Amino acid sequence: MDRKFRSGHWDNSTTMLRYLLPIFLALVSLGAHAQFRVEVSGVGMTQVPIAVATFRGDDVAPQKIAAIVSADLERSGQFRNIDTGGVVLDENSRPEISTWRQRSADALVTGSVTRLADGRFDVRVRLWDVVRNQDMGGQSHAVAAHDLRLAAHRIADFVYEKMTGDKGIFSTRIAYITKGKGYTLWVADADGENPQSALTSPEPIISPSWSPNGQQLAYVSFESRKPVVYVHEVASGKRRLVANFKGSNSAPAWSPDSRTLAVTLSRDGGSQLYLMDSAGGEPRRLAQSPSIDTEPTFTADGKTIYFVSDRGGAPQIYRMPASGGNADRVTFSGTYNISPSLSPDGRWLAYVSRVNGAFKLHVMDLASGAANAITDTSADENPSFSPNSRLIIYATQQQGREALMTTTLDGKIKARLAGQGGDIREPDWGSVQR
Amino acid sequence: MKKLVSIVALVAMLSACGSAVKLDNVPVEDKSGSSVGAGGASTAGSGSGVGNGGVASVDLGKSAQDMSLQSATRIVYFDYDSFAIRPEFVSVIENHARFIKGDRNRKVVIEGHTDERGGREYNLALGQKRAEAVRRALGVSESQVEAVSFGKEKPAVPGSTEAAMEKNRRAEIVYR
Repeated sequence: MDRKFRSGHWDNSTTMLRYLLPIFLALVSLGAHAQFRVEVSGVGMTQVPIAVATFRGDDVAPQKIAAIVSADLERSGQFRNIDTGGVVLDENSRPEISTWRQRSADALVTGSVTRLADGRFDVRVRLWDVVRNQDMGGQSHAVAAHDLRLAAHRIADFVYEKMTGDKGIFSTRIAYITKGKGYTLWVADADGENPQSALTSPEPIISPSWSPNGQQLAYVSFESRKPVVYVHEVASGKRRLVANFKGSNSAPAWSPDSRTLAVTLSRDGGSQLYLMDSAGGEPRRLAQSPSIDTEPTFTADGKTIYFVSDRGGAPQIYRMPASGGNADRVTFSGTYNISPSLSPDGRWLAYVSRVNGAFKLHVMDLASGAANAITDTSADENPSFSPNSRLIIYATQQQGREALMTTTLDGKIKARLAGQGGDIREPDWGSVQR
Repeated sequence: MKKLVSIVALVAMLSACGSAVKLDNVPVEDKSGSSVGAGGASTAGSGSGVGNGGVASVDLGKSAQDMSLQSATRIVYFDYDSFAIRPEFVSVIENHARFIKGDRNRKVVIEGHTDERGGREYNLALGQKRAEAVRRALGVSESQVEAVSFGKEKPAVPGSTEAAMEKNRRAEIVYR
């Protein structure tokens, strides 16, 4: 219903935008700590123009709800924010629709944030279809002060889903690693804000991977002066050493039911793929090759594993049945294709390819095999899809510093995530909405 | 002869240092229970689930003393994208092999490393190839040697210059 709605009207009204691009959209200010820049390039975008009015109470609340919502929507690549001139409209306001039509907004978000007697905050929202002059519904979230950002992300999810028909991803979480004096594994909101330390270690941590149920992270830790694989329960901090065999243990990847991990072990010589129970135990060898086999990742149906192998003389991406068997080569262009990530809808493969000495994020349409580089940076690493398959988070370098970015699949809308200063890498996008 | 004696002395010294760290003796501080920020947002209207935003923080404390002494006699360097042992390192490896074979109780770990170019996991696998190349060249009992990789995570020299990267493509022979 909503989808039809969009394709009918929303797309046409943005036609004019095509001729104004490429442009840089505004520096969206989110308050004292948070600033990110959404970068827009290319042509042919069909973004819904949306106005997010200042919420009543935003001026006294600890978080500016409207600013968080509009930043989320903009980062998604599906929306373009219309300047509201700072007008305050709450969920009970009957907006002057003609005003918003004149500003060429297709939709309007109104709401409020109110401190309750028990100290929590009641965050309310109402979405208006400006084109049809219709109330599209509302929501209310009563949250503690430290969950105001989460409430704002849920509101952004609500708006996103109403307008696009797709699930929003703003209330999901990401994991990433920073390197400072030591190494820290962080769990943060999907916009990089609200980071919470899950693990600090004097030795490197790499390859964090969310369990599909959103409760655990598998990762590779070098704390014992060799790579071993842990599974870490995020809420409790309880850690389980699941792969500590002779040699190197790395590249954990979860099966869709969270029961099985695919890992790379060198215990029998060479880097080879194994499956093991995610609770630990004896690994079963998945394949046997005289070459490097690593970076396994399951398809959403759990039936196939994509991985990297240099069996053809250079690293390329292959796929094989998750029960073992013959591997098919997937990438044919270039001599260095690594770090496969599959979109949950099964349509896309993101990976890093070396092009003229530069490591660039690529996206392949799996149906046709056509692939494109979607960045202009040269040290891209470790892509990971958003749960709704619409965005990719990846690590790169900008001005010599490590950065985390999100991008739409066409590369046209990118945002640098807020986060720690210094070295930041190894993002992984969790699949569970909170 | 004098040279061999000094190598053996050095290796013995490394061996002594190395005994300070054991694979199974790393402090793991479990801070379970110190949950931060339970995300207890309730929802009216469209009924999404109750949040579970808690993250408990775990701190592994300070690193055990780094025993990677700067010694050219226990580092084997490699060419770009290669795991072939260069001729100048053959005698280094032979000296270590003699020393390891001299005492069945000696344990050695070969740590493979790469330069910073490319992905972390693929570099881990490349470093493993280098470590295993040295292990094979040593030709000592499997029970005495373990080949592991640090990929590009532990550069010997920071920076992106070719000189730095040459120093980082290496395998280190570490006595434990």
